[in-house]
Amino acid sequence: MIGRLTRLMLAISTPVLALVAAFAITSLVLLAAGDPVLDVWDQILSVPETRNLANIIDNATVLYLSGIAVAVGFRMNLFNIGVDGQYRVAAFTAAVVAGEAWLPGYLNTALAIVCAMAVGAIWAGIAGVLRAARGVSEVISTIMLNAIATGLVAYLLRQVAVREEGSNQIGTKQIPEGSRIPNIGLGDGTSSVYGFIIIAAVVGFAFWFVLNRTRFGFDLRATGQSTTAAVASGISVKRMTVTAMLISGAIAGLVGLPILFGDSYTYGSTFQSGLGFAGIAIALLGRNNPIGIALGALLFAYLDEQSNPLQILVGVSPDIVAITQGVIVLTVVISYEIVRRYRQRLEQQQVARALESERGEASNDKAEEVPA
Amino acid sequence: MRRTTKFAALLTAGILALGACGSSDSDGESSTTGSDTPSSSAPQSDVKVGMAYDVGGRGDQSFNDSAAAGLDQAVEEFGMTPNESEAEDGEAENAREERLRTFADAGFDPIIAVGFAYAASVGKVAAEYPDVHFAIIDDSSLADVPNVASLVFAEEQGSFLVGAAAALKTQTDHVGFIGGVETPLIQKFQAGYEAGVAAVNPKVKVDVTYLTQVPDFSGFGDPAKGKTAAQGMYDAGADIVYHAAGGSGGGVFEAASESGNLAIGVDSDQYNTADPSVQDVIMTSMLKNVNVAVYEYLKQVNDGSFPTGVTTYDLSVDGVGYSTSGGMIDDITGQLDDYKQQIIDGKITVPTEPK
Repeated sequence: MIGRLTRLMLAISTPVLALVAAFAITSLVLLAAGDPVLDVWDQILSVPETRNLANIIDNATVLYLSGIAVAVGFRMNLFNIGVDGQYRVAAFTAAVVAGEAWLPGYLNTALAIVCAMAVGAIWAGIAGVLRAARGVSEVISTIMLNAIATGLVAYLLRQVAVREEGSNQIGTKQIPEGSRIPNIGLGDGTSSVYGFIIIAAVVGFAFWFVLNRTRFGFDLRATGQSTTAAVASGISVKRMTVTAMLISGAIAGLVGLPILFGDSYTYGSTFQSGLGFAGIAIALLGRNNPIGIALGALLFAYLDEQSNPLQILVGVSPDIVAITQGVIVLTVVISYEIVRRYRQRLEQQQVARALESERGEASNDKAEEVPA
Repeated sequence: MRRTTKFAALLTAGILALGACGSSDSDGESSTTGSDTPSSSAPQSDVKVGMAYDVGGRGDQSFNDSAAAGLDQAVEEFGMTPNESEAEDGEAENAREERLRTFADAGFDPIIAVGFAYAASVGKVAAEYPDVHFAIIDDSSLADVPNVASLVFAEEQGSFLVGAAAALKTQTDHVGFIGGVETPLIQKFQAGYEAGVAAVNPKVKVDVTYLTQVPDFSGFGDPAKGKTAAQGMYDAGADIVYHAAGGSGGGVFEAASESGNLAIGVDSDQYNTADPSVQDVIMTSMLKNVNVAVYEYLKQVNDGSFPTGVTTYDLSVDGVGYSTSGGMIDDITGQLDDYKQQIIDGKITVPTEPK
């Protein structure tokens, strides 16, 4: 209906509107807290060094996988809050399997990755089966499963843990060097990013391909948009629910692995937590689109990286980063809604105008006919 | 679909906002302390100290605060320039590393990492900056790194003494131990406490519970959990409960106060720092003088030498101990000091892991 140019303008205006609003609101928060607004933006908008760039890409890789895992559920109208528990159970499993090194070299790595995906899928699948068979809200069951995952992993970790002399950390056995995934250098000799980024990119592509280019993806999206329409066209909603949760869980199983195979080589008491919740925010930011999620993950990782310099060099609380992130999520959702309504009105106006002009032409015809 | 999105957005924003609130007690403080330059009359020093706190940071009324007290004392006496930064819950490992690097790049030397969670990061960054000096508290896995000083404590020895005090004071032959998070570090407190109780009277029963399991570190900052756990122990017949649970300890004191029983504090002399309404239940506190360790370290730095290797703060150097504020254990200090001497002399070896 509306022109190509208008559509492009609308598509670009949405994130711009959101970022400008977030910028303004964060500035107000800074003003209210009496912090140096200009110094803060100067720091946040400064060009990162290669080392920081590597950190941003690394953290974005992890957040990206988490965002994709959540987005699979969103596309099906399923709210998988349990990515947090799923990735921890899975990362622990992978750490134990890889640490035991039953297979040599990269076979060991592959086995650990497959195990992680399987465990993640099973953990999410429990919620899927409960939803399909008993109608239990996946929101409730995945939250519960998160708590169970915390207790289970803590218990099992103590069973298998090894402790380095003099350290107060416990962790799984170190993954043997031959099974680690080498990092990719960024050209300055010291900075490098997780090799796992390639797997993350493949996952992103597969997500796009399956959803948009296969029958299964069509069924999934159809079920997400209208259950009744899906049933009418012969889709088994129950089966789709379980399948979507299994896929979401399998991808969630990958979330912790870049860290495990590229940096820590062990799952210990300080393994990063809370990645699943960040994934929800990032899936929202990215509008469940693989490219959008990548941008959202980069934005979040970029802001996270500012936390330390803001504290040490500018002297403001790092909470400002969390506030900015929260504000961005809200402004993105709100601005998409505003633009959606605006576009709707635009379309309605055009339709109305088109109808009017048709009617006008018709009456003109009549008017011309009269004198004849 | 859109309904879910809105719901999710609201929830996410809520979680992020709550996360920001959770640590807002330290708001502003980090900004003011950074610019705290000593006045012209104060002693001057060109040493710039970087403090990297664990989650909670300055203002946690526990471990981090104790380290901060040591820093404040050194800053006041020697006129050093401090700057502080704290870890966030659920941050990436490379964020911890980056905190240390940011300090190092900004010319801070020495850099003090508060807490064992920094072990891996300090190991990595110390290698990248061989000319910068680091100190790490509660970890000795980096003993061989030339530019790292490890400051560790014999928590089991101090816990032994308060365990002995509990066994001497209990009326019901039943005492309790509440740990914040089940980590090897807190298990040292438990092991020492149990050994101290057994040394006095092996018949005294010791209940043990931990509030949370790793990676959930909320057990160090959840007074409600502490209160519930302590209430359960008092209901079961224990009359003295020792907590090694950081900020959750406030709940333990409340439970003791409401049920008319006693409790033992941890890290600092909690008789003086806890809420006055629960002061009378704090029989004694196991002192873990992190402030002493930080101060002593900075004192040596001020004198021109950077210590390396492991320094253990145990009973012999009063790195750990017990407090007598309130006068509730004045009648048994003779016996406790006897145990203390035996530990210093090596006649008693206190275990570091629970049986």
